[in-house]
Amino acid sequence: MPVKVDPELCNGCGDCVEVCPVDALRLDEEGRPYMKYDECWYCGCCEEECPTKALKMLIPYLVA
Amino acid sequence: MRGRWQRVETDVLVVGGGSAGCMAAIKVKDADPSLDVTVMEKGALRSGGAIAMGMDALNIVAIPGVSTPEEYVESMTKVCEGVLDQRLCYKMAEGSFDILKELESWGVGFPRDEKGEYEVFKVHPKGRFLVPMDAPDLKRVLAREVRSRGVSVIERTMATSLLAENRTVVGATGLNVRSGEFLVCSAKATILTTGAAGRFGLPSTGYLFGTYEFPGNAGDGYSMAYRAGAELAGFEYTFVMFRIKDYNGPLWYITLPRGGQMVNALGEVLSTIDQKGDYPGIPVFKAWRELREGRGPIYLKLTHLPEERIQEIEGVLFGTERPTLERFLEGRDTDLRRDLLEVEFSEPNVCSGHGITGLVIDEEARTSLNGLYAAGDVAVVPFQHLTGAFVFGAIAGRNAAEYASEAERPIIPEEKVRKEEKRVFDPLRREEGLNPSECEYKIRRTINEYIAPPKTGTKLEIALSRIERFRRDVGMLKARDYHELGRVLEVPCILDCAEMSARASLKRDESRWGIAHYRLDFPERDDENWMKHLLIKRDLETGEMVLYTRPVELKWRFA
Repeated sequence: MPVKVDPELCNGCGDCVEVCPVDALRLDEEGRPYMKYDECWYCGCCEEECPTKALKMLIPYLVA
Repeated sequence: MRGRWQRVETDVLVVGGGSAGCMAAIKVKDADPSLDVTVMEKGALRSGGAIAMGMDALNIVAIPGVSTPEEYVESMTKVCEGVLDQRLCYKMAEGSFDILKELESWGVGFPRDEKGEYEVFKVHPKGRFLVPMDAPDLKRVLAREVRSRGVSVIERTMATSLLAENRTVVGATGLNVRSGEFLVCSAKATILTTGAAGRFGLPSTGYLFGTYEFPGNAGDGYSMAYRAGAELAGFEYTFVMFRIKDYNGPLWYITLPRGGQMVNALGEVLSTIDQKGDYPGIPVFKAWRELREGRGPIYLKLTHLPEERIQEIEGVLFGTERPTLERFLEGRDTDLRRDLLEVEFSEPNVCSGHGITGLVIDEEARTSLNGLYAAGDVAVVPFQHLTGAFVFGAIAGRNAAEYASEAERPIIPEEKVRKEEKRVFDPLRREEGLNPSECEYKIRRTINEYIAPPKTGTKLEIALSRIERFRRDVGMLKARDYHELGRVLEVPCILDCAEMSARASLKRDESRWGIAHYRLDFPERDDENWMKHLLIKRDLETGEMVLYTRPVELKWRFA
């Protein structure tokens, strides 16, 4: 769950996937990012990198 | 199932593209632009390593006219309770101001007062060294400097072994955790900058990646160096951070000097701060006793501070280093104006940035193996923070450049490479097997229960017998894709670190460094027998882990 994407704003560029230091994200069949591997350090790089402000990073449930 | 092979020949290989690795690659090129430099990075260059995005301070800078390298050595001699290589601390402080200037030339900001002097805080027993830095995008700046010099960067590729023959490192093997490519890199000189063992102890949340240190690192560098026969030290220093409950990020250096207090459940203040704003250290051991004696939880209290001071603290806390703290506090409905913030001990860690653990290096960043240099959290420079990564990264880069320009193209030990390829890809070929995250969880829980301080000989013996059993489990791990294969390969790295830590903790039969090596069965410091470095290496003939000591040589003595 830790990334929440606004499908209206997301352009599917995949910058969030490329910046993740632990490689936790992938794009789904519609080209939208999701957390494939539950390995988030909540550094916030993905949200910071998003050029259209479509992505919000949520703190992992076990930590939040 | 296995990936394609990729063969790379380079002059200097940098393993790990964090702060130290970036600086090392830059300095190889600056020393000799004709050299071919390759960085192998497990993640992405622009975010990989402990800083991910940015950093709020260069924790150690000896600014001429403000503080001296001698004062820094005095501070470190005190902090390390006499067990340190002072020459490394001196060298680091001596090179620190040049690093600040270089960062400035790359556009990194350091705030100055109206007279044009740098802001400097006191966080050490002697001298003032902590210089605030305005660098929310520091990692991106470093990556830009690396790429602008024509360095080859191989991303999403974790090193799996150092290739060594006759105590000489000739390159490394790697796995691309996306494509499954198996990389065989031959190098005239290799610089190891793989960071700490972020995934070592288990956080109380139970979330494997919710660690204090960067969780992309699982002690890979310590383990690879150990397997290649390099000398390591300081594994008995298993420190625990006293931090925000469930969240990882800096706290005390930011809040205490600005008037925050550490209080117990009865509201009694545990921290003190003098009128000049000097910072006397965090009373971690005192806090541990309070918890043990039932006066917990312990809190950070800011509620007594005026609004503008709270805003200033929030500005730094939510600023550059861990900006998601704001979101964490919101989620817990915690307002620092109104609420106490619960703090707790983190999982245990081994690291040199915040501790004393790492590959033994000399002042020239040379390890005990020929052709191998090390810098940053993987190298033994004590409490070096970001400054050490930069200073020794730069030294390693310059020296590796010189070594590589005189070295011949090494011969790759092909038989070792074939064995390594089999080891790397076997977990994909298993029809059935153990899940790596479950195995990792169990190992790290054992680290918390039997290796974390306070320690006893009995607990450490139990840890060692559990580790022996886990060695069998490693051979049964199964990966479903290349990403998971990377996680499988990290498990034995965590296990190697755990074994080094348990054996070293058992051998040092005294207590030293506050809580970090507190032995309940040997509660006193024993200077008569233990003013010694405790070293570890692998006997390459027998495969045994060997521990031995070396007396500390103090060049400077202080009252």
